Amino acid sequence: MPVRATVWRGFYQDSVVLMHVAAEVRALPGVRLAAALMGTPANHELLSSAGLATPDSKNATAADLVLAVDAATDAEAEAALAAAKGFFDERRRARESTGRALPRTLDGALKQMPDANVALISVPGDYAKLEALTALRRGLHVFLFSDNVPVGDEVELKRLALAQQRLCMGPDCGTAYLGGVGLGFANVVPRGRIGCVAAAGTGLQAVASHVATLGEGISHGIGVGGRDLSAEVGGMMTFFALRKLADDPSTDAIVIIAKPPAPEVMPQLDAAIRTITKPVVVCALGAAVPASAPATWVTTLEDAAEAAVAGIRGRAWTPRSFTDAAAVRSRVAAIAAGARPRGALLGLFTGGTLAHEARVILEPLVGPVNIDGAAPGSAHRVIDLGADEFTRGRAHPMIDVAARDSRIREAGAAADVAVLLVDLVLGRGAHPDPGPSLAAAIRDARATAERDGRTLVAIASVVGTDGDPQGLARQIAELRAADVHVLPSSAQAARSAALVLDPRLASRLLSA
Amino acid sequence: MTAMNVGAANREALERLCRARPAWTAVRPAREAIGLSGRTLLHAGPPIEWKRMCWPMRGAVRAAALFEGWVRSAEEADALAAAGEITFAPCASHGAVGPMAGIISPETPVLVVEDRVNGTSACSFIADGPWGHQLRFGAHGPETLAGLAWVRDVAAPAFATVLEREGPIDLASLMAQALSMGDEMHMRNAAATGLLARRLAAPLVAAAPNAAELEKILRFVTRDNDQFFLAWSMCAAKAAARAIEDLPGSTVVSTMARNGIEFGIRVAGLGERWFTGPASVVDGLYFPGFTAADANRDTGDSAIMETYGLGGMAMAASPAVQKIVGAKSFADAVQTTRDMGEICVGGNPLFPIAPLGGDGTPTAIDIRKVVQTGIVPRINTAIAHAKASRMIGAGIATPPSGPFVDALVAFGERHPG
Amino acid sequence: MNTTDVMPQEPLRVVNVGLELFARELEAQGVEVVHVDWRPPAGGAEIAALLGRLGD
Repeated sequence: MPVRATVWRGFYQDSVVLMHVAAEVRALPGVRLAAALMGTPANHELLSSAGLATPDSKNATAADLVLAVDAATDAEAEAALAAAKGFFDERRRARESTGRALPRTLDGALKQMPDANVALISVPGDYAKLEALTALRRGLHVFLFSDNVPVGDEVELKRLALAQQRLCMGPDCGTAYLGGVGLGFANVVPRGRIGCVAAAGTGLQAVASHVATLGEGISHGIGVGGRDLSAEVGGMMTFFALRKLADDPSTDAIVIIAKPPAPEVMPQLDAAIRTITKPVVVCALGAAVPASAPATWVTTLEDAAEAAVAGIRGRAWTPRSFTDAAAVRSRVAAIAAGARPRGALLGLFTGGTLAHEARVILEPLVGPVNIDGAAPGSAHRVIDLGADEFTRGRAHPMIDVAARDSRIREAGAAADVAVLLVDLVLGRGAHPDPGPSLAAAIRDARATAERDGRTLVAIASVVGTDGDPQGLARQIAELRAADVHVLPSSAQAARSAALVLDPRLASRLLSA
Repeated sequence: MTAMNVGAANREALERLCRARPAWTAVRPAREAIGLSGRTLLHAGPPIEWKRMCWPMRGAVRAAALFEGWVRSAEEADALAAAGEITFAPCASHGAVGPMAGIISPETPVLVVEDRVNGTSACSFIADGPWGHQLRFGAHGPETLAGLAWVRDVAAPAFATVLEREGPIDLASLMAQALSMGDEMHMRNAAATGLLARRLAAPLVAAAPNAAELEKILRFVTRDNDQFFLAWSMCAAKAAARAIEDLPGSTVVSTMARNGIEFGIRVAGLGERWFTGPASVVDGLYFPGFTAADANRDTGDSAIMETYGLGGMAMAASPAVQKIVGAKSFADAVQTTRDMGEICVGGNPLFPIAPLGGDGTPTAIDIRKVVQTGIVPRINTAIAHAKASRMIGAGIATPPSGPFVDALVAFGERHPG
Repeated sequence: MNTTDVMPQEPLRVVNVGLELFARELEAQGVEVVHVDWRPPAGGAEIAALLGRLGD
């Protein structure tokens, strides 16, 4: 098959735009493979491993765009390259027709908008610190979506932010809510009385969505990045954000969503919480609940939302395993009555916090859960496809759903996979309609498994609200139509998966 | 060196460039004005030795050696140069600027421009001989030599007399006016040339030796060459830029120049040190009968105009140039000037661009911004024939980004964190 | 913006550097955004660190 590549020198496009172009080109007649990438070292490796590298493509630098196709014929390859050029030309014309000149730098943007107060930064990690430094020096609050930023740089950025009395949300911050506005990946939730400080993105999305479902809203949701409570960063931004929310008159309760804090940071966190007179809920996934904590410690995102809502409503609250235990019971019974699924669990997640939460829930129930995608199929695995290693040079899997869909199809042929556990994250920034392709991938995987005489059970949870552009009800319906068990939360989905793997757990999980 | 110091030093650089008020004060031999002595020739661009010089520069060396009487033939000139008997140095290091090949010899009459605000001065040679036979493009035949002699013996003394009697001619306000009349003062100096001719005409009547020479001088100034004023533009820009040639802590570009082989820059905070990369092939429009295959690579000190915030930086002010240098539309030209604004410290209020609401031309190129944005200064320029001693077109030179990166690295080494 | 603000002043006014998608999503919420036509610095990642140190 002819492989053709062209290089556009000094032509930068972001990873989401490139994903759309590659998808359009891939859909053209005769095209087997297509890639549209900047010429970074990592992307050159991708091109090589896909068999799309050419002598021309190898000369591309990180500032040059490579478009490579593998097509049935020379003519189709050339036509595909021409179509890609047409796509970029169209984008350029559309932009020019707005008559608005785009600035090339943050400083250039500040000339157009001198009173800007927030910088949203999502450039590749190698360049993120530079942009964030500039923004902080100019007195802007920073939302730093970029990942692959070294922890030393994070410390430097947050020190500067504190000196400037500005928020540095991130690096690797997926979501924030500031005064009712969602930044990054954000579900459509009402403005309300609950303030959040969150490690990364999907944890905040899940809590905000649950809060909305319970009829409350979010005052501010401040992302701090997954490493903020590590020993190196020392909780700099968490403590700063907590003080902000404690002082904020529109916030009546505070939820902290975190990874287990480093032991050295715990006393400070404890002390910070003690100064707050509002109800505080801590969801530090995987952390042991301290004996005498000044806050309500919970173990799941769903519980965090419920506890916070109970807090502002002045009601008592106790956690429960399932919203509808009877439905789960009958579902598990139906599965147990049929061909018993034999094998391990494979979790394929787009949300990092959701993946982490699933592991934390599953391990006490079903034993060790591996996070390594390369682990043998006989082990339980939960993989976060939004992790740095999967996103270098490409869009996040919540936008670029193709990578997970293809892994799901592969899982159908894996003899040892019996239960497929997935998340589906809706909201602004995410794929506009991810349900149908996820459902199709699961159908294909199940068909493959059944052809091989195996049963593949698919379990999902959807993070979303009725207000989300994708429509929560419609996305759930798409999955249910593909016979996917859709649970109301990621925690319930994980528990449900554990029940399928080991029905004896019913006595522990379904006793209520 | 803290970050704050760099910012302050760069604002100082901008201030010095903006407050410059260059005026034409004298015409004198380079020997006096620059202190050239012996067999020394100044050339355009970063340092270069004879054996690496491009053809137009070698041609200009021959012309200068013949003009100085060091040799009797072009062959002898080559031999003299090859034997190491001629000392070469960049104009840029001697307070001078030379268009195209930029060769200045001790007896070359140079115009002297002074900026009394910053206490600086700069020199350049006055255009020689008639169209198509100029030293700057490498011509070294009898017509060129006759033109050089005439400038030395007739035109230069007449200009000197005008200045002695009239006093300095203010170039700052003349150039500001020319900008408002559509000159960007690199590719187009039509308005400025006209304004200078208007200023010189009456005084020349008394300063010229006779009516025939008066007519010749006036034709020399006003002939079909809109670019006569370029040497004055360049001197004014150079005089301003000399105020930042040694400004510790600043990352502002103090020199951009090409020698036909290499493009080079110097940076205010790094003094005399050059950072070079290959001179670019000019993307341009060619006169009928010529193509890019005939062209020499980018050459000349005239990129001092962009260093000062004019030329390519001021595209939005010069509708007439936009087509010549390939701007597809006025919006394109505005975008160019906005892009240049992204790599400059600020604007020069002396040169307001009316179509941009009176914003000053983008001034004081910051190598940090060049490196960060990947936007290189855009240089409007003439194109020299590689072997036929004439201009064959005009266009845009896009310099390599390497020298800016190298300079930034050197700056970082000089100011370790 | 003064430093005594509890939170970023409202309304938010955002400079977006990176994925254009995020600028679009903010516009959809009625937020004023200036999107930067960002490109990687000349000289690559090592130079970016130097720029950060020499920035102001």
